[in-house]
Amino acid sequence: MTQTKPKSEPTPHLAAAESFAASAPGPEWLRTLRRNGVTHFTELGFPTTKLEDWIYCNAAPVTKLAFKPATCADAAVTAAQLAPFAFPGWTGSRLVFVNGHFAPALSTLPAPQKGVTITNLAAVLASGDALIEAQLAHHASVDGSGFSALNTAFITDGAFVALAPNAVAAEPIHLLFISAPGDTANTAQPRNLIVAGANSSAKIVEHYVSLGGAAHFTNAVTEIVVGEGANIEHAKFQEENLEAFHIATVQATLARDSRFLSHSISTGARLARHNINLVMTGQGVDCVMNGLYAVGGKQLVDHHTIADHAQPHCGSHEFYHGILGGQSRGVFNGKIFVRKDAQKTDAKQTSRNLLLTDTATVNSKPQLEILADDVKCTHGATVGQLNDEALFYCRTRGIAEVNARRLLTHAFASEIVNRITVEPVREHLEQVLWARLEELIEKK
Amino acid sequence: MSQPLIEIKNLSAGINGKQILKGINLTVRPGEVHAIMGPNGSGKSTLGYVLAGRKGYDVTGGTVTYDGKDLIELPPEDRAREGLFLAFQYPVEIPGVNNTYFLRAAYNELRKHRQQEEVDAVDFLAIVKEKMKLLDLPDSMMKRAVNEGFSGGEKKRNEIFQMAVLDPKLAVLDETDSGLDIDALRIVAEGVNKLKRPDNAAIVITHYQRLLNYIVPDFVHVLFDGRLIKSGGKELALELEEKGYDWLIGKNGK
Repeated sequence: MTQTKPKSEPTPHLAAAESFAASAPGPEWLRTLRRNGVTHFTELGFPTTKLEDWIYCNAAPVTKLAFKPATCADAAVTAAQLAPFAFPGWTGSRLVFVNGHFAPALSTLPAPQKGVTITNLAAVLASGDALIEAQLAHHASVDGSGFSALNTAFITDGAFVALAPNAVAAEPIHLLFISAPGDTANTAQPRNLIVAGANSSAKIVEHYVSLGGAAHFTNAVTEIVVGEGANIEHAKFQEENLEAFHIATVQATLARDSRFLSHSISTGARLARHNINLVMTGQGVDCVMNGLYAVGGKQLVDHHTIADHAQPHCGSHEFYHGILGGQSRGVFNGKIFVRKDAQKTDAKQTSRNLLLTDTATVNSKPQLEILADDVKCTHGATVGQLNDEALFYCRTRGIAEVNARRLLTHAFASEIVNRITVEPVREHLEQVLWARLEELIEKK
Repeated sequence: MSQPLIEIKNLSAGINGKQILKGINLTVRPGEVHAIMGPNGSGKSTLGYVLAGRKGYDVTGGTVTYDGKDLIELPPEDRAREGLFLAFQYPVEIPGVNNTYFLRAAYNELRKHRQQEEVDAVDFLAIVKEKMKLLDLPDSMMKRAVNEGFSGGEKKRNEIFQMAVLDPKLAVLDETDSGLDIDALRIVAEGVNKLKRPDNAAIVITHYQRLLNYIVPDFVHVLFDGRLIKSGGKELALELEEKGYDWLIGKNGK
């Protein structure tokens, strides 16, 4: 696949990135990272629909939004405003980031636990940590897309989770990213780093929301390094307002015998683009990519996933469900890459889409590149309406057609949500999804 | 004689313009079990679907009066609420819908229709437990999604279990015996027998006589080429077992 690099036009983004990278404080290696980000962004610019990976996702509206990167957390946000985003019965820690910057006053830090560091990136950048220098921006390559490069140019803050070998985080970790667009800032660029040592274990929820209904731009990058035998569950939930632009990359490097469970649930934003890239760098990795999008109106939601089987004896299982109403558009592009030596790969991918209206569309594309010969790879994609047989079955049990449709639509969503192992998160999702699906079903 | 529960008169029906039922006449009264037997392609499943109201199955002639009402006019859900139950030959899997939740939703629809109060999850569980014993069902089955990953036998048992909970006036069992081993068959049949009362009735559609060793019918009808070509008592089933259908078809053949 060749992608011609479009010539970048001068944008306010570039000027802002250059000025930020030149003046922002930090250790020399970090300043170099940022400068590299600027350089790559200069080369790449924003993607256009001429690029194969962006063919169905026109990012032009994002670039037209005035670019006002936040430089600190907005102090005006109050704890009461966060109430709708709390998980029912949650007792764990919650780190709150306002416009991409840590807001300690709104956060509940976990009780100190040996071998478990849960904090914000800016704090560790200030104190200096060899782990960060060794890992930050080493996984989500700056040259992948213009958006990641732009994020890198602005690296300042985000979540930082580090697990020492054998450490098991006592409780799930809630990372809440709130956009509070206002006069001075409308762009958040959190940079998150999760480093899990050998045989460690944690469950992490990355949660994106908005205050108010004004347009804003979230440009997030999360790097996850999963050590040998480690077990990480990562749930990403995007419920930003319907004017928002959300572009995000999750890049995970999975070492030998590790297990990684990824969820991406996306209901919000006018345009949401999720890149989820898993690279299996050791044998015996077992990973699951689980995804659900429920959109309506003129929303566009795009998932681009990669399961990169670089080593033999790894399994990747991918389940994506889409529910689309109004004139919304969905894109699913699932790439399975089996490298030459990755024998005994077991890769499975399913993408199923439910169209609630005639005007909603989906482009679902599996992309298999298989260079090994002794592998098991399957994929399947469906786009359609509710199953007539199932509807009839419900009706023969006394359930009216409209309720049967509702039941089956919710069930289609539940299949994905039920794979999340953290109950309060599931409960929150069920509430949000219930409301969202009711809107979609009613508006049709 | 009591009033008929269902009275099918000269019923013709088909799918996509193809005529499948060509004038069925059948009267079922409370307390009766009717078996409808016939070779493949005779229209057995079509009859079940037409009675339950499946879309695409068009009634082209005749009448069906159920409990004093014009059945054909009712949408499927209203037929169910009026006490008609179809046990599917191939029960449908509904991933993501918990079996207990589903059944409670159905149960409450029926109660609402009868202007009774809906039951909550706790009370419903008590009802479920009692009926589960009747059919010797494992608890785990109630925690799973409707029919998802169930074996053939489990699916059929689940159908009869739903029937036990929903307590229909008229049950139509569409080849409930197909694909069952003898133990599963016995459990399913015993379930049906235990549910039999003087005020309800069943139409048992089957391809094989063996089910009728366990569910003893009051009447046996032979369906061939969209018509009931012979009716009799339970001894007719044995005769069919012995001689096959050919001797009848010969007389009525196309």
